[in-house]
Amino acid sequence: MRARASSPRAAMIPGFVFAAAMACAGSAPLTAQEENALGRDVYDRWCASCHGYEGLGDGYAAEYMLPRPRDFTQALYQIRTTPSGQLPTDDDIMRVINEGMPGTTMPGWEEELSLEERLALVDYLKSLSRFFATGEAPEPMTFSSPTRATEEALADGREVYELIECNRCHGADGRGDGTSSPTLVDDTGMPIYSVDLTENWYFNGGGTVEDIYRRLRTGLDGTPMPSFTDLIDAGVITDEQLWNLSHYVRSFAPEDPPGITEVIRAGLVEDAPLPQGVDDPMWESAEAFYIPMGGQIIQSPRWFVPQVAGLWVRALHDGGELAVHVSWSDHSESPDTAWADFQARVLSAVGPDEGDMEPGPRPDGLYVQFPMEIPEGMDKPYFLLGDPLEPVYLWHWESTAGAAHEADARGLGTTAPQGDASQSLASEAAFSAGRWAVMFRRALETEDPGDLQFRVGEPVPVGFAAWDGDNGESGSRGSISSWHYIFLQEPTPATVVVAPLIATLLTAGLGVLLVARAQRRVREGAEGADEGNA
Amino acid sequence: MRDLFGGGRATVMATAAMFAIACGGGGGSEAGGGMEEEAAGEEMASPVDMATAGGIHAMVMFEGMAPEMDVIDMASEPDCAARYTDTPMSEEVVVGDGGGLANVFVYVREGVDAGMNFPTPGGAVVMDQIGCRYVPRVVGVQSGQDLTFRNSDGLPHNINASPSTNRGFNVSQPVNMDTNRSFPMAEVMVPVRCDVHGWMSAYVGVLDHPFHGVTDMAGGADLGMLPPGEYVVEAWHERYGTQTASVTVTTAETAMVSFSFSEAMAANAVVPMGEPIDPHGLGAHALAPETH
Repeated sequence: MRARASSPRAAMIPGFVFAAAMACAGSAPLTAQEENALGRDVYDRWCASCHGYEGLGDGYAAEYMLPRPRDFTQALYQIRTTPSGQLPTDDDIMRVINEGMPGTTMPGWEEELSLEERLALVDYLKSLSRFFATGEAPEPMTFSSPTRATEEALADGREVYELIECNRCHGADGRGDGTSSPTLVDDTGMPIYSVDLTENWYFNGGGTVEDIYRRLRTGLDGTPMPSFTDLIDAGVITDEQLWNLSHYVRSFAPEDPPGITEVIRAGLVEDAPLPQGVDDPMWESAEAFYIPMGGQIIQSPRWFVPQVAGLWVRALHDGGELAVHVSWSDHSESPDTAWADFQARVLSAVGPDEGDMEPGPRPDGLYVQFPMEIPEGMDKPYFLLGDPLEPVYLWHWESTAGAAHEADARGLGTTAPQGDASQSLASEAAFSAGRWAVMFRRALETEDPGDLQFRVGEPVPVGFAAWDGDNGESGSRGSISSWHYIFLQEPTPATVVVAPLIATLLTAGLGVLLVARAQRRVREGAEGADEGNA
Repeated sequence: MRDLFGGGRATVMATAAMFAIACGGGGGSEAGGGMEEEAAGEEMASPVDMATAGGIHAMVMFEGMAPEMDVIDMASEPDCAARYTDTPMSEEVVVGDGGGLANVFVYVREGVDAGMNFPTPGGAVVMDQIGCRYVPRVVGVQSGQDLTFRNSDGLPHNINASPSTNRGFNVSQPVNMDTNRSFPMAEVMVPVRCDVHGWMSAYVGVLDHPFHGVTDMAGGADLGMLPPGEYVVEAWHERYGTQTASVTVTTAETAMVSFSFSEAMAANAVVPMGEPIDPHGLGAHALAPETH
């Protein structure tokens, strides 16, 4: 390549930058990488299997991942403190190394690698792209301080959300079900989901208000998420309004991320009927338990890109019946033709794992699995729907099948519905604004020997499996939970209520007596003193 | 630090101008001549000696039946759908009545004198968004030149440019407004898309010199006035890839260069995206030109 000292480009880029840029096309990156033996060692050992030895994002594991691992040669970093299109700072890169990218397969490395190793890794990652060859330090943006999340701020944030139409991708309730969602692709043409704003613990770059504000300012380069800084510069919205929007976006998610649920407590309803439907307001006051889900990657054909990340489970019983309410975010009510092309893109993007991968209309689905009977001790069936020796009892719901039904299974792919005469499960399902809610109701005890018999006061193992049909999920390609327990709360024995009451009354009575005696003594003492003074 | 990416200047249009859709639907296009140069600033003198210069005019024809374009489903954007009297069709291939192929980026790929320093044009090239389509769909700019992305629709768009040689950007444009950016490096082509409307795509050719054009509905494009000499001209189309031809420019003459594309080329087309361009050599392309 001929040097172009007199080209217009030379007028725009300082000479040394230009020289460095030219040099980078030759041997400079190799030198930089060779000099950084520690960085290369760490990279080759821990990063290359996904990101590829050349940093092209094409490691051998990459085809099992959506989104794909970052292509470091393009230096497109989502999480930055710099404007859209600019390179990240070293601190920006370090943050992602430390914390990982929640909701993706990128883990955090702060605990795994020493600071020296991570610093060397930052330099090594930069040496993989010619864009860093200028050596110029990217300048972070100046961010204002957060405003307070007052009611007015939240209300204004909602207006901004509607004005700039965040709902186009993220949906009216923030669940990623906007009308543009099915057409989204990243810069490499891979399908990409708009993030579910109700699960801020999965936000890339963090889920705090400050994190959200920064993502709005910088955009997420390489993805469809743009920067909104220009809108402030152009006077379309103010910086304060962007903070208000950040507060509003933050408000879609719970105050604190959900903890890990061991036991789902089914509250006892004594003085009212159990919820009659999936939208019964009684569910809103029932305690909700979060069940994290993961792709079924044990048994072929496997599934590495599940869309149901977690379920919210509520349960109530009245001593005679158990009602279980399961809800989760879903971009669509599958099968939805608007998502047909998206599904095809997902299926062509995931690894050529075994099994039928043809796109087609697939329903959403949910299994609630139990052992056939309450086990003695800690024994439970195999979590992938049991095995031939220890089958499981299932509640099976599908979005296209109407009512849920009871079934049993002896492993993945062996689900068999119970006979019509044995069906004793009531159900109702509703899809609204990117959320499925399914309610099941069944008598605690049935006459059917094929059913699990629930008993109040005894923990019952329970597990879940879910499918997003428009994501190409069906059969063994879906998400599954580990075993948890459901515990049906016992009626409170009368003594439990009465004994504390008596104790309280006695304590209070004694207290009153003591205070009265003390006051009398003080009064008598004071009178005696007065008499003495007189 | 110098802002390599042209900075983020944006201005809200003073009036929410409502643009009549010039095209009544499928086949209609603002190709080529639709490009608008805004408010030319103070121009530096061109290094080309006009006394000796000659022109290049490219003609790009389409052979055979133009392929039927996909219908754009604008159901998700009723405001845009309502602006069409006919069904809006994809503008991936636009063939004029006379058989000219529009939206072909034609440029001098090789042969520009390395000693020439072309001032950055002061005017901005405007790429508008009208009826949820880019107008024009293909533009050429000089490196460093302002490129104005305009939202005349008054509904949410985002400008997501993903170059390979330059740095990209992705900015929101929810209302009537202009967003100005520039690309400092020569690159053919820079893809631009709107993620809100998955059907919206456009292309920007960036060169270190002004010798480029985009074909109009007749298939014609002027590449400007150049010093006499040998040049390699390339024609780029988003579906059919590229073709090159050698051209000799002589003083006060307009050299004609013609290209012909056909649907059969789509199957094996290599469509360059993000290719850095060094226009100063006269190398491989000139030695074995594909001429027509």
